[in-house]
Amino acid sequence: MFRVDELDHKLFAMTELRASYTLDSTLETVDNAEQTASRIAAEAGFDEDEIMQISMAVREAAVNAVLHGNAYDPGKKVRLEFERTGHDLVITIRDQGKGWDLAKIPDPLAPENLLKTSGRGIFLIRSFMDEVQIHPSQTGTEIKLVKHVRGSSAGAKEASQ
Amino acid sequence: MTMKTSTRQVDGVTIVDCSGRITLGEGSVILRDTVRDLLSKGQKKILLNLGEVTYIDSSGIGELVSAFTTVRNQGGDLKLLNLTKKVHDLLQITKLYTVFDVKDDEAAGVKAFK
Repeated sequence: MFRVDELDHKLFAMTELRASYTLDSTLETVDNAEQTASRIAAEAGFDEDEIMQISMAVREAAVNAVLHGNAYDPGKKVRLEFERTGHDLVITIRDQGKGWDLAKIPDPLAPENLLKTSGRGIFLIRSFMDEVQIHPSQTGTEIKLVKHVRGSSAGAKEASQ
Repeated sequence: MTMKTSTRQVDGVTIVDCSGRITLGEGSVILRDTVRDLLSKGQKKILLNLGEVTYIDSSGIGELVSAFTTVRNQGGDLKLLNLTKKVHDLLQITKLYTVFDVKDDEAAGVKAFK
């Protein structure tokens, strides 16, 4: 077990990553955020399904930031940060809107809401990521998304060979 | 790749072959306009072929729901054909898989309208 842990640690130390972007409140930002997330998730060693989940979660969070947070205001920016910490990919998306009330988001799986045409973004984000923290405030909403790197099983394979 | 649609008629059913991304912005708008256009021409039996759809976001899911309810409200029906695994999984987790009538065979899909 000790050898596996040591190998993991070395792998992640070698590929430590931190990147941040300041983006306009436009639809292009939503596409950019998705593509960037997809690239970084691939570089971090996630598999195809996980890359899709991460890029979709980031896309939905960017949609919230651009539409519901900043409301397309050209004077307001979206901040997107990626950080690789130990066994996690941590992604933070921050807008400069007025903050939204989480309690007001209805459950999209409730029978009376199934045929609604919106309101599934946060639900999808929670479905796709391992941890989701949402911090609304009057000066903007910050959403933090965490996906665990499941590289430890790959490391174990290598170590046993 | 942006969203593209083309339509064809089989036994009174309009099959809409969709390809690309049904996402916020252009993709969702194209789907909405296509369905609206068909309804205005009285074509109310619509089979949406999603076999070549590579990506759908929450806006795209909303657009599918909107198309479904709009067609139903006008006395027609809308069914889905050829879901990719990604789209299938998305409809599963959002509990919409049971709302839509989903087919994986075109002939069976067309017959299901009768």
